[in-house]
Amino acid sequence: MEKPVINSLTKKRRRVSDIVLKVLIFTSAAIVVALTLGMIIYIVVKGMEGLSWNFLSTPAFSYPYENYGVLGNIVNTLYLVVITLLVATPIGVGAAIYLTEYAKQGRLTRIIEFTTETLAGIPSIIYGLFGSVFFYNIFKVNYSILTGALTLSIMVLPTIIRTTQEAIKTVPLGYREGSIGLGAPKWHMIRTVVLPSCIDGILTSVILSIGRIVGESAALIFTAGIAADFNFDSIADIFTKVMNQGGSLTVQLYQYAQRGGSEMKYAFSTALVLLITVLIINICAKLVAYRIRKKRSV
Amino acid sequence: MSENESIKISTKNVNLYYGENHALKDINLDIKTNKITAFIGPSGCGKSTFLKSLNRMNDLIPGCRITGQFLLDGEDIYVPGVDTNLLRRRIGMVFQKPNPFPMSIYDNIAYGPRVHGIKGKAKLDRIVEESLIGAAVFDEVKDRLHKSALSLSGGQQQRICIARAIAVQPEVILMDEPTSALDPVSTLKIEELMNTLKEKYTVAIVTHNMQQATRISDYTAFFLVGEMVEYAKTEELFSRPQDKRTEDYITGRFG
Ligand SMILES: Nc1ncnc2c1ncn2[C@@H]1O[C@H](COP(=O)(O)OP(=O)(O)OP(=O)(O)O)[C@@H](O)[C@H]1O
Ligand SMILES: [Mg+2]
Repeated sequence: MEKPVINSLTKKRRRVSDIVLKVLIFTSAAIVVALTLGMIIYIVVKGMEGLSWNFLSTPAFSYPYENYGVLGNIVNTLYLVVITLLVATPIGVGAAIYLTEYAKQGRLTRIIEFTTETLAGIPSIIYGLFGSVFFYNIFKVNYSILTGALTLSIMVLPTIIRTTQEAIKTVPLGYREGSIGLGAPKWHMIRTVVLPSCIDGILTSVILSIGRIVGESAALIFTAGIAADFNFDSIADIFTKVMNQGGSLTVQLYQYAQRGGSEMKYAFSTALVLLITVLIINICAKLVAYRIRKKRSV
Repeated sequence: MSENESIKISTKNVNLYYGENHALKDINLDIKTNKITAFIGPSGCGKSTFLKSLNRMNDLIPGCRITGQFLLDGEDIYVPGVDTNLLRRRIGMVFQKPNPFPMSIYDNIAYGPRVHGIKGKAKLDRIVEESLIGAAVFDEVKDRLHKSALSLSGGQQQRICIARAIAVQPEVILMDEPTSALDPVSTLKIEELMNTLKEKYTVAIVTHNMQQATRISDYTAFFLVGEMVEYAKTEELFSRPQDKRTEDYITGRFG
């Protein structure tokens, strides 16, 4: 047999493998886009069926029984987001400052950093289990929005700490030297030079956390419960609500879906509301970040 | 150096170690009041290290150890109980790379005074204006005081940093190669500025540029691998160096 001409053969093979690779890459990209788009369109189409002003403005299962809605759950979700962030952001940012600026760098800080990273990977249902037992012992109530929010705070802390730490580490040495060189005490330097430079990083961690809070369900079923009522009869109710049960949108979605049948369409409507909520919150956070950045670079 | 000039900072048998690295060896040097003292020498010889130890910026570096005495107006600055914040107010610093804060020009200059408790718009306005005039940059920025300092040119930024340093009314200003990142025109402006600065302040400057040292300084110290080889009036050091190594360096035979 004749020997094949190596040159042209390799060239051809390379051309073929090139094309194959390109096709593969294109296909995977197309699959990702199609899946995401398909899912969103599917949810929008299915969700529109049960979506109405009535659905948005009534709490679930209120009288008359045919009246399905998510008003209570929207409010509960907002409560959870606000309380969780109010608790977790200061603690997380404070811990990050301590770890990067004050703690002696060494084995202990490395262990703490490793632990926070590991905590970030723990399934959320374990947080739920822990939170329900731990906070029951403190508050003596089985389910409450506060219990849920505190559990979620523990859950999002690692994200906030790690992201803030990375942001703090990128602050140029020159800013620090400039501040210290003018006789500024360390805390003053951190407050006026370091933190303003990492506001983007902190906001990023807050946005990531909002995503996790709004999307969380497993940790909440055990802790915040499933109630969907909407009772604000007096100003005091705004505060006492915190100690009551309150199911989030995700938990409500789970309930509608579990009952299935004619209620299935409300599961999709809830999903749609959830998507829109996440979208709105993200846009707001981006706007805030944009305004802060603009204000800083006058 | 027999003339009757007062001494601002005096160092006695100073040794500095970065871990195992013996970076400064037995430095004895007197910095004269209202004069410009230049530190020259090849890269890595310890000029910056020495300059930073004068206002204890080395405290920020882990593993840095110092022995010997640093006397500011006769007072030891390394004894326990010294308030480093007050020390750095009296001995200010300008860095190699212009490092204005990401704030407005006004806030940059007002930063130091605010740290030290000066309040009130009128007072701060006056300090900002005087400092900018003192740093010969006022005319260029007076219409944009509330714009970001980062929008200025490198040379302007460096003069902003000088203005920021003099805004706390220090007694000594340390400058670590303040013009090495700048173009010749900006360099010239800063060199001219130095001459007016020394009327009010004592200035110590690190420079790689020997012409610059001869142009602006009254005294020059030559460093070599952690030692201070020679210290004299600038024109003496450059015209009649006493040490062979100084002569080799300034005539460009090494370094
Ligand atoms: N933060 C540090 N940690 C450890 N060693 C250092 C540190 N800074 C400087 N050194 C070492 O100390 C010695 C003197 O450094 P220094 O920066 O003072 O030199 P220099 O004369 O300023 O040089 P250059 O002209 O390049 O700026 C060098 O050997 C350097 O490696
Ligand atoms: Mg240097």
